[in-house]
Amino acid sequence: MSAATHVEHHDHHEHHGPPVPHYSSRIRPETLGMYLFIASEIMLFGSFFTAYFFVRVVNGTPWPTPPYHLPVFVAAINTAILMTSSASMHWATTAIKKGNVWGMRAGLVLTFLMGLSFLISQIYEYMRAGFATKDGAFPTIFFCLTGLHGCHVFVGLTILLFMTIRAFRGHFSAEHHHGVEIGGIYWHFVDVMWIVVFATVYIL
Amino acid sequence: MRMRNPLRSEADMYRFLWIVVGGFVVIVAAAVIYKWLGVAAAVIAFAALGWWLFHEPVPGAADPTKRVVSATPPGQRRVLVVAPPGTESVSVPDGAEVLVVVPALASKLEAATGAVDDRREDAEATAAALGAKLGARAEVGADDPALAAEDALRVFGADEVLVAGDDGMVDAIRERVAIPVSRA
Repeated sequence: MSAATHVEHHDHHEHHGPPVPHYSSRIRPETLGMYLFIASEIMLFGSFFTAYFFVRVVNGTPWPTPPYHLPVFVAAINTAILMTSSASMHWATTAIKKGNVWGMRAGLVLTFLMGLSFLISQIYEYMRAGFATKDGAFPTIFFCLTGLHGCHVFVGLTILLFMTIRAFRGHFSAEHHHGVEIGGIYWHFVDVMWIVVFATVYIL
Repeated sequence: MRMRNPLRSEADMYRFLWIVVGGFVVIVAAAVIYKWLGVAAAVIAFAALGWWLFHEPVPGAADPTKRVVSATPPGQRRVLVVAPPGTESVSVPDGAEVLVVVPALASKLEAATGAVDDRREDAEATAAALGAKLGARAEVGADDPALAAEDALRVFGADEVLVAGDDGMVDAIRERVAIPVSRA
């Protein structure tokens, strides 16, 4: 839908500065904003992964550097939690598209709780890791990559919190649920990035 | 070039997530067997992803373009005028409620780089002049005349569209709207 710029003839002479931005119906501004945001996020993660590959492949740093060990089991549990949270997010979106408001609310609450579990578990993992950033390149890259992802989970949780509050206030319906759709795209993106982080940092 | 957009909707992104999961399961499994097999699996997985993004039919791409149908309130006659920048005069039926849309025509390079300020100023000037001359509301529309007409019809129900442009413009608009389109 267009937000066409109305140009009355008397306005033209009073207009100063650059022309008013125009939005055509090709793409919704908020969706375009999310695209650009995710594109910038990919570049941000890309820079961190470049550092990871430089340290591990170019420098040949052992991964993990002895005597340290990566908490693979905890990370695998976290991966399962995050994948399940994506499923509940998808359930929430599907439910509201069918007009099932309580299904959406339940899905959002579950997603939020699982996201929170992931974050708490990651903090616990950090406390028990047995190494810190001062201990060399491996711990530095490990904390930077997983910490960057953790920051995104925190942002996702904040978005989910607002989505959930709005859901309980009745802001979404079968016809109007763009807020859930956009938040869902971001949450799945965070999960996609975790798969990449988990596979490269913990498994390979 | 058209390509699949995995971010198009939550459902698409959810499906993309599981594609990524599947891809990494294959890569990790291959790498566990043999390091270079993992590299080969990664190359194949990324190539497959590229193929999926670029070559598999985009959902809905083959569907015919939906034509915008407009409805005029009873007892009213409404005319949408699409006039390219530089149009000096348009004849419209007497007694009709008129909306003038001036598409901010821009070259592909200008549209791609967003350097459309000058084109929009031209369109604004034309819209202001035609609006004053016809005593009608005038707007600046998208850089594509058909899209500008389509946008306008979504908020201005009209009985017909008058186009003050060439045959190409008339045909392009005719393909996208389901009400009579003729040259002004």
